[in-house]
Amino acid sequence: MSEHSKNLAHHFSNTEQQFESGKLGMWLFLATEILLFGGLFAAYAVYRANHPEIFAYAHQYLDRNLGALNTVVLICSSFTMAWGVRMAQLGKQKQLLWSLMLTLVLAIAFLGVKGVEYESKWKHGLLWGKNYNPVEHVEAAPAHGIVGEAAPVDPPEVPTGENASLIAPAQTGPAGLAHTSGEAAKAHEEAPDNVHIFFGIYFLMTGLHGLHVLIGMGLILWIFARSYWGHFGPDYYTPVDLVGLYWHLVDLIWIFLFPLLYLIR
Amino acid sequence: MSNYLNHTSGWKSWVFTLDHKRIGIMYLVAILSSFLLGGIFAMLIRTELLSPGQTIMDADTYNRTFTLHGAIMIFLFIIPSIPAALGNFVLPVMLGAKDVAFPRLNLMSFWLYCFGAVFAVFSLVTKAVDTGWTFYTPYSTTTSASVISMTLGAVILGFSSIFTGLNFVVTIHKLRPKWMTFFKMPLFLWSLYATSIIQILATPVLGITLLLLIAERTMGIGIFDPGLGGDPVLYQHFFWFYSHPAVYIMILPAMGIVSELISVFSRKTIFGYRAIAYSSVAIALFGFFVWGHHMFTSGQSTLANMIFSLLTFSVSIPSAIKVFNWLATLYKGSISLAAPMLYALMFIFLFAIGGLTGLFLGTLATDVHLHDTYFVVAHFHYVMFGGTMIAFLGGLHYWWPKMFGKMYSEKLAALAAALIFVGFNMTFFTQFVMGTRGMPRRYYNYPEEFTTAHQISSIGSYIMGLGFVLIASYLVYSLMWGKKAPGNPWGAATLEWSHCPSPPPHDNFAEVPSQDTDPYDYSIVKYDEESDSYHLA
Amino acid sequence: MKGILSNPLLAQGFWMPVKGSSMAGEVDWIFQFILWVALFFFVLVVGIMAVFVMRYRRRPGVEPEESPSHNTKLEIVWSVIPIILVMIMFYAGFKTYLGMETPPRSSHEVQVVGQKWQWTFIYPNGYSDPVLHLPIDEPVQLLMRSDDVIHSFFVPAFRVKKDVVPGRFTKAWFEPNLAGVFPVYCAEYCGTGHSDMTTAVVVHEPGGFEEWMATAANLYADLPPAEAGKMLYAAKGCTACHSIDGTKMVGPSFKSVFGKTETMKSGENITVDENYLRESIYNPQVKVLEGYEPVMPTYQGTINDEELGYIIEFIKSLAE
Repeated sequence: MSEHSKNLAHHFSNTEQQFESGKLGMWLFLATEILLFGGLFAAYAVYRANHPEIFAYAHQYLDRNLGALNTVVLICSSFTMAWGVRMAQLGKQKQLLWSLMLTLVLAIAFLGVKGVEYESKWKHGLLWGKNYNPVEHVEAAPAHGIVGEAAPVDPPEVPTGENASLIAPAQTGPAGLAHTSGEAAKAHEEAPDNVHIFFGIYFLMTGLHGLHVLIGMGLILWIFARSYWGHFGPDYYTPVDLVGLYWHLVDLIWIFLFPLLYLIR
Repeated sequence: MSNYLNHTSGWKSWVFTLDHKRIGIMYLVAILSSFLLGGIFAMLIRTELLSPGQTIMDADTYNRTFTLHGAIMIFLFIIPSIPAALGNFVLPVMLGAKDVAFPRLNLMSFWLYCFGAVFAVFSLVTKAVDTGWTFYTPYSTTTSASVISMTLGAVILGFSSIFTGLNFVVTIHKLRPKWMTFFKMPLFLWSLYATSIIQILATPVLGITLLLLIAERTMGIGIFDPGLGGDPVLYQHFFWFYSHPAVYIMILPAMGIVSELISVFSRKTIFGYRAIAYSSVAIALFGFFVWGHHMFTSGQSTLANMIFSLLTFSVSIPSAIKVFNWLATLYKGSISLAAPMLYALMFIFLFAIGGLTGLFLGTLATDVHLHDTYFVVAHFHYVMFGGTMIAFLGGLHYWWPKMFGKMYSEKLAALAAALIFVGFNMTFFTQFVMGTRGMPRRYYNYPEEFTTAHQISSIGSYIMGLGFVLIASYLVYSLMWGKKAPGNPWGAATLEWSHCPSPPPHDNFAEVPSQDTDPYDYSIVKYDEESDSYHLA
Repeated sequence: MKGILSNPLLAQGFWMPVKGSSMAGEVDWIFQFILWVALFFFVLVVGIMAVFVMRYRRRPGVEPEESPSHNTKLEIVWSVIPIILVMIMFYAGFKTYLGMETPPRSSHEVQVVGQKWQWTFIYPNGYSDPVLHLPIDEPVQLLMRSDDVIHSFFVPAFRVKKDVVPGRFTKAWFEPNLAGVFPVYCAEYCGTGHSDMTTAVVVHEPGGFEEWMATAANLYADLPPAEAGKMLYAAKGCTACHSIDGTKMVGPSFKSVFGKTETMKSGENITVDENYLRESIYNPQVKVLEGYEPVMPTYQGTINDEELGYIIEFIKSLAE
């Protein structure tokens, strides 16, 4: 098992067999990942088919611009990762380290943007299930990018702040708010029941994806360290290749999540 | 002589071993411990049901007991039994390989199993789960029991199962010797391959389902909660999308073992090799599209019920084909009734009942009456116990000499097999009758008219228990004082017997064996009276 | 309940319980068909196995004779015959199931509520009972809902089972055609009392159901009239507007009103007696007390003559 000095494990007959095995194993693992997310996609499909109005209404509270920005960030990181694999293949250690570093920075940027989005959802009570407790002014004027614009307004400044306690339990959703002003009431009438389902699915999907990004960052850090120690070269770069595959999958899943959650209409 | 058992010593040489054989043995010990635990719960259930109302425990304790019996037997015993314990030991040797493709992943899979088992059993000491092993919502999201610990355990066990499956698929694809084409592989490997595919494709869905359940309990996400506009029946779809294919994770490797045993102990090439191999794959594929037959009475649409009923019948055909092929293999054979063969024949008997009673449940009109009654309980015990457990015992007796280099007492083995056969049928055949007459499952209390049947069933379970005690005794005895096993006592032609001493050396083979023949061509091994063993001709 | 569950009628037959509904015969026929097919194949498989094992037992030193390793014709035969048989089973099962899912138009409806751990049956007239009573030979449709977790309504004698799911209605129908008492079970695990969530369905001979309903629905017959009236006072919603302690609410209090002479809006003086009360309940807008608004709806049709009598007795008991 002296993989460092001699990278061929005793039960393989040659390095090619070992590399092929690793690659097949990784592909199978990626298949299980797709099925793991597949369960959530199925839940999404079932609820969207049964309650399209929830999705049409609730997705307006997601910030398209931030979502698009994150898509670009992840696509760039996929590119830098692929570049890293190529550099490992060619044995260019310095470029390999740079591209891994860049990938990491992009991953951090992705999580940062995600954090901004989560924070504003949290602030406005746009959460899952029982915790769905929308703050008035967001309800009153749904529009694209509203979250970004409304964020500077502190909840205590909202004149109807004390009405927040009147919010009906989650089952009846925002309709329970519809007493304060005429305009607000109009907006609330449009809000369908069970909007929280959308946010439940949103947080589950993006949360699980975020967890994968975190794991991916850990893996990138690990191969960064190993390439710093000079473990990889043109004849052995399997881990770089496999982590690259994993990272592309994480990216790919986001490419599905973005239109499904942000671009409904 | 150096073998994998005495190659190195000390507890570290086991706990950190990368040798698939040692991992297989550790798995064997772990799953047998789980079986003991699950078996104790089974005995408690049967004892409680000796009379209507309270016999030895209250209703809540009973509900926890049957939940733990089910969860432990399914997740900790049956699913890993044949693939992870026997498969781990046998697969690389049968394949002429030195190890599985990813030995470290294999070890991790084992420790994940232990870790998951600890979580599952932890729920025992806290507030034992009372939901039934199916964890149906909204009961599971509202009960006060420690559902999270148990489901988290099941998720971890799922990962363990995925890693084993992944390892096997890669091993079979990449580590086969050049001469061994797919159609020269022993059928046990075909069945393990099909099983692994299901493990890889279905288990992640169980993972996400149980994670959703945990999210539901901890955060109130509302997906399955009718109070929040969620759909409790959606959970059942998710759950059975994994758990029905999981039934084939349990039965396919058992069929693989039976194919080996029937051929070896008839000393005849297996009849219809390709049909058996293809039918394994067919079962694995069809198995993904029949989950809805667990939900015929759940209120799902008539159309869905019709489709699921039709597809369910499609799975019965490959199973039937296998049975006919095994029978045809016996024709003009030279049949030895050694212990493994007794189990193989018992498998055919019991699996025939298990399979044929499945027809009543696949048929819509009769399933409405039989669903969630003891008929279902009897049916799946005939398949899971009469099928998988019996084949596991057959495999254990078959590979025992290879694993430990010791022979057990044939006479005691035959006696134990007889006890289990009689006890099993007493226990579960009565349950078919109770089921058709309307006895619902998971009942603590029951109408007087079922008392006699329940008592017969309980007595049967004690007889069965006795059989297991006997097996444990003579197997442990054989380890200490058993006769030394020759390299090939059964005259098998697969690599683990024909090219490998008992027990195998650390690296299995010094070099890749070249035996470019059919795995069931017995002309290559000849009996030698002096060593009481078969040798390559 | 024990007596009901160990119904001697259920002792008939080895496999299936007594046939209590129009569907039972058809279901049992399919059951018997599959049973015989299964028995045939079981005997075939085990018989062949036993014969081969005896005939071809291993004899030391004797190698087995040559025999084919496959036979395409044979393999096709034993694949195609089972396919045909299971397709027959599928078709028969589906056809009968369609019938079990499609209630006749003439079905009357009973609502079923499942909750931990009891069943409640609500009849069209609003009367509810923990035991299901039905007339013989009349199709009934059950409209079922659950208040907590999933339950399943199961009557073995009728070959009927349907899950009762929270958050939605499920339906089941059947036509009982055997008079008697049959057990009802909950077939979906629902916790501690799951096995005690049992009740009975009573199928009445012709005329018996109406008779039962007349007495059962008449809860108040055995009570003293004033007491029955007090229950109706609560049950019919009078409490919303009429106090019994003299407090003035939307309508006048019932306390000490009987026998009093009151002034009407029209200025006329009327002594409150039985006939005035009757008129005020059935035609409340005609004579309205001074100081009250004419807002009371009529109770014609919701309170019958008998109930009216009890309510009047109750108001009388509040005099003095």
